[in-house]
Amino acid sequence: MTISSVFDIGLVVLILTIGASTIVVREAFAAVIGFVVYGLLLAIAWVRLSAVDVALTEAAIGGGMTGMLMLGAVARLRFAKGTDARTSLPVRLAVGILCALVAAGLAIAVLSPPEVIPTLAPMVMENLAQSGLGNPVAGVLFVYRALDTLLEKVVLILALLGVWSLAPDRVWGGIPGLRVYAQPSSTLTFLAQLLPPVGIVVAIYMCWVGAKEPGGAFQGGTVLAAMWLLVMIAGLKSVPSTSQPWLRLLLVVGPAIFLAIGLAGMVLANAFLDYPSGYAKALIVAIEFSLTLSIGVALGLLAAGPPERVRQP
Amino acid sequence: MNAPALFGLCGAALVGFGLYGLVTNPEPLRKILAFNLLGSGVFLVFGVVSRRAAASGLGGDPVPQAMVITAIVVAFAATAMAIALVLRLLEETGRSTLSADNPGGTDKDRGNS
Repeated sequence: MTISSVFDIGLVVLILTIGASTIVVREAFAAVIGFVVYGLLLAIAWVRLSAVDVALTEAAIGGGMTGMLMLGAVARLRFAKGTDARTSLPVRLAVGILCALVAAGLAIAVLSPPEVIPTLAPMVMENLAQSGLGNPVAGVLFVYRALDTLLEKVVLILALLGVWSLAPDRVWGGIPGLRVYAQPSSTLTFLAQLLPPVGIVVAIYMCWVGAKEPGGAFQGGTVLAAMWLLVMIAGLKSVPSTSQPWLRLLLVVGPAIFLAIGLAGMVLANAFLDYPSGYAKALIVAIEFSLTLSIGVALGLLAAGPPERVRQP
Repeated sequence: MNAPALFGLCGAALVGFGLYGLVTNPEPLRKILAFNLLGSGVFLVFGVVSRRAAASGLGGDPVPQAMVITAIVVAFAATAMAIALVLRLLEETGRSTLSADNPGGTDKDRGNS
């Protein structure tokens, strides 16, 4: 048994223990903290599977952003009235057996080797050089499956519209109900002053390097969103009202540029979302940078929640 | 057993945990959390199963990796929406339960499929 397989087994045991604890612990707060740790451990598992792009996304979104949303929700639900009756023991046993069966079925599927191995990897690598990109995952995201990526950004905006729509009518276009802890000269203030310059550089770097190495618009956008939220929570910048024109412009600029370049491809290249030869990398980098901005704003606003206060005139 | 198969089995077990939590836990927020656990288990199984095809001198197959990245993002968007629904429910009724006045209405809070 090599040292790396000992590491893997230890990692899997940790992931399963913490994963199970998020289900069985009674306190919702403990479950959410467990979920954040779980997300980070899962990111290590993705690194072990040589999927570094996925690992970065999982750590940023799966652990960080989802965890933050849930922590906010736990804080508000603490004062909720009424508790649900827990499921009875026989039902829990039956459900447990059925879930174990599902897991066993999946385990058999994982362990049984396929007869024909389907893969598109050779085709990806064959044509990747034409796009000028060095990262095959970025190649798939922005060249072969660009439509998926475009629609994914639209889904983010649709989700944000959905969240905003949950606000009562009178506060439509108001200020999101993000909790602000404005205490001058606290550690939070210090961090909110110290981290953003570093974070912004890291975000730009991740976005730029995404063409060649693991990284990309999504990971960069998440870092930007985290920095923005930090500054807002520390009270150094006020939470903007959702009716601000600049905010809405930033939200749509990424998908709009993506769509415009895609439509231009119909004229200048052969098809929708096709890039004219020789300009592919430049166009993709332009799309990535504008998407990073839009994603950062969209994620920040999703985390900030629906509008709760009317904008003061 | 090689490392990918080990993580594949881990993913299978996580799907089981997530499904159990989703069905048995009555609190909406815990259901959302369990649903995320279920989803990440599915991503892991998918990543491992498709990784068997890793060829062309790559560590992994880039096509399923790109799909998992998209999936994580969409799952986050759905989670944000679901949490907003739960908080709105709290604001309207002062409760965070679904069972008493709305039996069988638990489909709403999941927000993802």
